Amino acid sequence: MIGERVIVERQDFQKLLDVLRQKGYTTVGPTVRDRAIIYDEITSVEDLPIGWTDEQDGGKYRLKRRADQALFGYVVGPHSWKKFLHPPVLSLWKAKKNGKSFEITPNHSEPPRYAFIGVRSCELHAIFIQDRVFTNGKFVDPHYQARRRNVFIVAVNCVQAGGTCFCVSMKTGPKATAGFDLALTEILDGQRHYFVVEVGTTQGAEVLQGVPTQPAPPRDLEIAEERVAQAMKQMGRQLDTTNIKELLYRNLEHPRWDEVATRCLSCANCTMVCPTCFCTTVEDVTDLTGSEAERVRKWDSCFTMDFSYIHGGSVRASVKSRYRQWLTHKLASWIDQFGTSGCVGCGRCITWCPVAIDITEEVRAIRESEQSNT
Amino acid sequence: MDTLERLLSEHPFFKDLDPRYIQLIAGCAREVTFKAGEFIFREGDPSSHFWLIRSGKISLEVFAPGRGPIMIETLGEGDVMGWSWAVPPYRKQYDARALELTRAIEFDAMCIRGKCDEEPKLGYELFKRFAQIIGQRLQATRLRLIDIYGSHS
Amino acid sequence: MVPVPYRVLRVRRETKDTFTFELQAVTGERFPFAPGQFTMLYVFGVGEVPISISGDPAHPEILVHTVRAVGTVTKVLCRLKRGDILGVRGPFGSSWPMAEAVGNDILIVAGGVGLAPLRPAIYHVLSHRGEYGRVALLYGARTPGDMLYKKELAEWRGRFDIQVEVTVDAARPDEWHGNVGVVTTLIPRAQFDPYHVTALVCGPEIMMRFTILELQKRGLRDDQMYISMERNMKCAIGFCGHCQYGPNFVCKDGPVFRFDRVKEIFGKREI
Repeated sequence: MIGERVIVERQDFQKLLDVLRQKGYTTVGPTVRDRAIIYDEITSVEDLPIGWTDEQDGGKYRLKRRADQALFGYVVGPHSWKKFLHPPVLSLWKAKKNGKSFEITPNHSEPPRYAFIGVRSCELHAIFIQDRVFTNGKFVDPHYQARRRNVFIVAVNCVQAGGTCFCVSMKTGPKATAGFDLALTEILDGQRHYFVVEVGTTQGAEVLQGVPTQPAPPRDLEIAEERVAQAMKQMGRQLDTTNIKELLYRNLEHPRWDEVATRCLSCANCTMVCPTCFCTTVEDVTDLTGSEAERVRKWDSCFTMDFSYIHGGSVRASVKSRYRQWLTHKLASWIDQFGTSGCVGCGRCITWCPVAIDITEEVRAIRESEQSNT
Repeated sequence: MDTLERLLSEHPFFKDLDPRYIQLIAGCAREVTFKAGEFIFREGDPSSHFWLIRSGKISLEVFAPGRGPIMIETLGEGDVMGWSWAVPPYRKQYDARALELTRAIEFDAMCIRGKCDEEPKLGYELFKRFAQIIGQRLQATRLRLIDIYGSHS
Repeated sequence: MVPVPYRVLRVRRETKDTFTFELQAVTGERFPFAPGQFTMLYVFGVGEVPISISGDPAHPEILVHTVRAVGTVTKVLCRLKRGDILGVRGPFGSSWPMAEAVGNDILIVAGGVGLAPLRPAIYHVLSHRGEYGRVALLYGARTPGDMLYKKELAEWRGRFDIQVEVTVDAARPDEWHGNVGVVTTLIPRAQFDPYHVTALVCGPEIMMRFTILELQKRGLRDDQMYISMERNMKCAIGFCGHCQYGPNFVCKDGPVFRFDRVKEIFGKREI
């Protein structure tokens, strides 16, 4: 039943993965690799970062051992679900020369049916945001749509916040409220280790039928609510979004942009880790004989020097203009383009910036400078 | 009113000028016609006149050794030609050649300068108008300086 | 959307680095478009570029583009000959406001290769001449050798129902008998009613900036002027993000913009 909440014991969690795999889903979720928690294919509960947590701050990410064996005792790492829905490298079509002409064969390969395990509320919102970018406008991206259509989402409600999190400011969490098939809240309470599972869709209910469940006693539900409420109070960052679009639009020549430009390396890390950044480029390649060609789409970043290149020069040649473009797009023009903010408050851009530039600090500096002028 | 005075008062360049001053200036003016191909002045000539073009087309040219004459500006109906009369050393810096039959009102610069000395307010009014002309020419020249149509690759 | 093969029927050299291509779909299919729109032209194995359509919208059987060889792809493109095949995707983008401007005077101000995206608008106006008031075309180029469509300019001028004024930045008197001076100097001479005119402006951004200033001096409101912007494009359908101009995607919100809708960012550095 949609909206129903049940209990799944820790020892039965593997069953959830098994049922999904039996139904033909490729289960992907968090796993430890290269001293970070990333997203990749997982088959067993043991693949999850059991007993790990992450310590995050501006330009800092460290994994630390927990005192317990929580499966989801961390927040978000350098990967986001966009690597599956909006692949970093994608062959769009192949072309063969045919006399003077050519024939093009579009890439019609069937993408895997993904089951995302452990999607945080901020990440759910990021997926909705990309849905608006790729499927709500005049044109639809068929590659995104093909992957998105079949995704099964197991969301996880955060019971602790990360060091750079500000989902509360962006109204994107910590509780997942919609768009999931199942939503879990992991509870470790004395000897007990269990999940409060909320059913979001009929597909979610179906999958759950293959997993041992118990009705959820009110006390367990209360604990779950408390834990999530706790996370709300732990936010590492805060962003005042009052009239933020107007604030940024009227400050395009603010000296703060020059200041941040002295620190920004235009390394593009922020755009790579951001779950909503969607810019891409295309490369047209041929084989050595020149008779076969291929067009490949790859992730791109507005921070690169030639992102805005037109005959002879780039429109945004200075780092200042590129940082300004990224921030004002993310927090201001995105609203005009797609009706929502582009930012979900996940904090990745703050954590993964090598020089710890903090998007919340930049906006605060501009906002406060106006207040001190009045 | 004299025909010349009427012509001057109708011309946008002298708009809002006191009719008394129009009369004064008209005293230094006469109508002239240039045949196609005729030189109005040459580089180095003393700046003894300026003109209000009524019809036709005049080309300002410089001669570049090895490249020949280059047209840098054409002036036509309604344009004012010649501001170097107002600025020392009062010498023409370009050749001016009529491209087609051109009618203009020619002003004797010395006569005008004399009238301006007598009536400083007239001088102020004229110089305000000429400053605008010089500004427009400078603006137009600067725009071409940056070579906006160049391929820049 | 993948590139569709189009055959080069004819190549005309306009200037030392600019060529006009007449294309036809290998399948013979027509290509309907609105004046101001563009396509992505694909050179096999080399890449794609956005190029404005410069042909007559009343004749969609032939697709015409005027291309200037300034970059990797355009340099190869401009070496294509009759019979060669290139790929076409499109048409994309917004168009000149031909319907909205009915009943108005039309003032067209073109700079350099900016005359190419305006030519379909000129064709449309001339073949629907009775729907519009006075029509003036002001065109500025670097030198007489850099002028596009010289033959057509003379034809249009000879029609007597369109004012055509042309100027160049510099010229030799033996090769040129027209105006010399920047294109904005032609504006005071253009004949139109500032209360009932639609201005279409296209050229280098600096030229458009100064043209707008001059037109504002002539009394035009910001919603009477239309410009055509250019930005880096990879997809032409609003997904790659490269062509963003403030909140606008030049590929789908533009390239034609009514000036009042972009005036806040127009002229701002590095936007």
